[in-house]
This record gives sequence, structure tokens and C-alpha cells, in this order.
Amino acid sequence: MYEGAIQDLIDELGRLPGVGPKSAQRIAFHVLSADPADVTRLATALRRVKELVRFCTVCYNVAESEQCRVCRDPRRSEEVLCVVEEPKDVVAIERTGEFRGRYHVLGGAINPLEGVGPDNLRIRELLARLGTGSVRELILATDPNTEGEATATYLALMVKPMGIAVTRLASGLPVGGDLEYADEITLGRAFEGRRAV
Amino acid sequence: MYVRRLELVDFRSYERVGVDLEPGGNVLVGPNGVGKTNLVEALGYVATLASHRVATDAPLVRAGAATAVLRCAIVHDGRELLVELEIAPGRANRARLNRSPARRARDVLGALRLVLFAPEDLELVRGDPAERRRYLDDLLVTRMPRYAAVRADYERVVKQRNALLRTSYLARKTSGGRGRAARADAEGPAEGGGDLSTLAVWDTHLARHGADLLAGRLELVAALGPHVTKAYDAVAAGRGAASIAYRPSVELPDPVPDRSALEGALSAALAESRPAEIDRGMTLVGPHRDELTLTLGTLPARGYASHGESWSYALALRLAAYDLLRADGVEPVLILDDVFAELDSGRRERLAELVAGASQLLVTCAVADDVPNALRGARYEVSDGQVSRAD
Repeated sequence: MYEGAIQDLIDELGRLPGVGPKSAQRIAFHVLSADPADVTRLATALRRVKELVRFCTVCYNVAESEQCRVCRDPRRSEEVLCVVEEPKDVVAIERTGEFRGRYHVLGGAINPLEGVGPDNLRIRELLARLGTGSVRELILATDPNTEGEATATYLALMVKPMGIAVTRLASGLPVGGDLEYADEITLGRAFEGRRAV
Repeated sequence: MYVRRLELVDFRSYERVGVDLEPGGNVLVGPNGVGKTNLVEALGYVATLASHRVATDAPLVRAGAATAVLRCAIVHDGRELLVELEIAPGRANRARLNRSPARRARDVLGALRLVLFAPEDLELVRGDPAERRRYLDDLLVTRMPRYAAVRADYERVVKQRNALLRTSYLARKTSGGRGRAARADAEGPAEGGGDLSTLAVWDTHLARHGADLLAGRLELVAALGPHVTKAYDAVAAGRGAASIAYRPSVELPDPVPDRSALEGALSAALAESRPAEIDRGMTLVGPHRDELTLTLGTLPARGYASHGESWSYALALRLAAYDLLRADGVEPVLILDDVFAELDSGRRERLAELVAGASQLLVTCAVADDVPNALRGARYEVSDGQVSRAD
């Protein structure tokens, strides 16, 4: 145990995801020995993230104004909407450069064990967006785990009657890898989802 | 397949021990409590990454040590594979294959195929249905690793679905009488997601993964049945024949339908039991409620069989698994922990006949004379913390 401020900092850092007690200590002492200007910049960044970042009023991605960058961009297609669980999934899909439609961030997945039901996600907001009639295809890009699959099934049940095409991302082998290194679960799924060439 | 050498560091009672084993018969002799079963347990751990005796890893590490190390040289088709495992309670185990680190400890699964019979297996016959389901599922995964994912997916869906049912059950109980949950269900999802509005979604997934698991188990039981009957006949004193049957919680048409029809049957059963499930707050149909029935003559083994019969039945289940894996073309290592003391000489000979020709057989016993001559190969004396060759 250290005294006062340094221990407070270690405790706070230790609360962050992925930071254990040893890492917290290392970061704290790094901060202590760093240039005061650097530390001020870090402190400002921390404060600003809470003050300035909001959620986009259209898609609920993180944004710095009313709407996020994607929703403000008039070149993006209104016809294709991609549903993801978290803002970080938007970033991942944007990195592909493939997708020119718009997003909807649910804020999680249906998970009864954690007490998360459809009411706790932005599903009502999604249905309202789809109700305007401009969307032709809904891409379900929730995580390929039990909760993400359940969420996708739930959305498909709700949306299909509206006459909108609903698609789900494929799951299978990573590109550029060796077949032999794929684990049996991934390889088994890839077998299931094989297609004619 | 056979284990050429096993080394243990800080595992159970052993500080450091190494044993060179032979293909064919190996007999470990020693008085009770000197650590014969610890050697067996170590091999079991290499094969399954779990102990057959305890649920957590902490008891496996010698008191006072931080980690235990298992090193096992396995010869398969003339090639040797060295598996090294470091067991660290509370942390992820680390594994190396032929001296290079494996990405996950799970990657060593399949390196050693093993069938182990131990006194704890009496629970297969006397214990809850869960014991027999685990026996089936473990064997299913050994034969087809894909089922590890099917089983995990299914268990997760059941857990989520139960959580949903339980939450609504509790909500109803506290709000008194017919509460919000029952109403939301009646009005459907359009109501804006009352508690049970997602139940249909979980039903779909339960039926899909459940049908997959059910199809696997049904196929397995059909293949396993004759082997069980044969093995029991050999090791039991011969009162009545043993037969196994899969008893699903869902009524299935005869003959057993294909996977998509199973999915339909599960969906229908879920729809039918929905009021009861909402009432009781748990999932009442599906493979997690199924049973493997063990019959002896015309009576169920559970409850009716004597101690000797139950014990023979448990042994027959393990021997049948061994037979089946052999028929698939893998030659697993067979371990019989403390078996021969329970058998009279006639049954000893018959068991010996059944397992003779095993690529490797490990037998533990307190008295060397209990082991039939046909199975005597290499002999080892086990004493406190030491294993030495004794022939």
C-alpha cells in the first residue's frame, strides 16, 4: 500500500477493464514521472470524453454533435441498415470500407442472465426508423454467440413482416489462414455454411 | 496408441516422479493410499483436462507448491508426441506440444485417447440422470469434437431461457396473481417486449441446438447398445442381459426421424409445455431432461440392481465406450483402476479375454495375484511418492 494520492490513482486505474493491480501500479508511477503537460492533456481528455461525447440521436453511435459522422454523410445509402451491438462494432465494419449504408447501435444483446431484454436495447427506436419506409435491407451484424444469435432471431421475427429483406453476416473460416489452424468449432460452422462454387 | 512415459512434478502426493510404460499390459501394484490412482488421474487429466475425482484443480497441486506439471510422451502410429501441461489453480493452464507452446490448453485434447474405469463410476448406474447424460456427451465429444460446441451452445441457451422464465416467475409472484409476465405473453412481442416476449426466440434456438445434440446422442446410443450388452455379459455373473435405451423427454415417432424432424418435435413439445414452464419458471423439455435408461433383464438397474450388478454395469459402460472407439479405428489407452479385486476368478478371466489385445492397458491393484496371467506385462511397485519397475 502506498500513501494518499498515488494509492488513489492505483485504485482507480485498477477498476478499468483489463488492468490488473500490477499494471495499475506501473501506469501510476509512469504518470508520476511524466511531464506535467502530458498529464494535463490526459486529464483533459478524460474529462472531455464525459462532457462532450453524446449518442447520435438517429443511430445511437457515439457522436460529438446531434448526429454521428455516418448519419450526417449524405452519400451514405438510406436503403441498407446494419444493426450492431456496440459502437466499436461500427468502427470494425467501417474499417472494411465495404459498407456504404447506415448503422443502428443496439447497445448490447438480449441476455436474460444479465437482465437485458428487448426493452433495454434500442429496438423500439430501430422499428421506428424502419417504419419510415426508406430501408430495403436490414443486415444483422450482432455477435456470433448465443446472445447475439438470439437477438438476430428476435429482430428477424419482428422485421420480416414489414416486408424488409433481412440478412445475417456469414460465419466461417478466417481469410488468409490455414485450414489446419482453425478450431473445430469454427471449422464445423464453416462446413455447415458451405456453398456451391 | 500408448503412453511411453509419464512424468509428474508437484502433482498430488508426488514431488517428482517419472514412469516408463510399455505397450500392452502394465500393472501398478501397491498398498492402499500410496498414490496409484494419482497416476491414473494424471493420465486422465492429460486426456480430458479435468480430473475424474474432483471438480476443481486446487487439490491436484501438491500442498506447498504453486503449480503442478504433467509431462506425457504418447506414441501414436509410430510417432511420438510430447504433451506438457502446467496446472495453476485459479489461472489458465498452459500447454506445450512437442516443446512448442499451444495457443490454448484445449489444443492438447485428442492427443491422448483414453478410457478410464474407476470406482467413482458406480455413480453412472446409481447416480442422477445427469451422470449418464455426461457419460454420453463426453463420449460423443471424444468421437466427434464438433459436439463440444453443440453441447456448449445448448447449455448456454437453456441457461438463458431458464433465467428468462425465472425472472418472469419472480416478477409474477411479487406482483401477485396474474401479473405482467403472463399478460405480455398473451399479447405478444408487439406490446414492446414484456418479460416473456423473447421466449419464442429462445424456443427456436433451443430446438435447433437441442435437435443437433439429440440426433448425436440417439445415434451414439444405437451404436453403443450392442457393445454394452456384450461387455456386461462378459463381466457379470450372468443373471439377465443388460440393455440401454435413450429415453427423451419429448415423445419421438418411431423410427427416429432426421435432424429437422427432431427440431420440429422439440418445437412442438416446447409449445405444449409452455404454460407449465411459465408456471414453474424453468425449461421442462429438451435433451437436458433426457435419460439413458439402463435395464437388467426386465428391471431398471437403478434401484433394482445389487451392488455387484451395478458395479459390473458401470464397468460394462466403460468397456463399451472402449469397444466403440476401437471400432471407429482409434486405439485408446484403457485404464482399469482397482477392478480385479471386485471380481471372482471366472469373471477375471473373461474380462482379461475382453481387453486382451489392447494397445495399452494400465491396471492398478493392491495384490498382484488378483490380475490374471494373460494381462501381466510390465509390473511396477508404487510406494510413497515413488514408482519403480519390479520385474
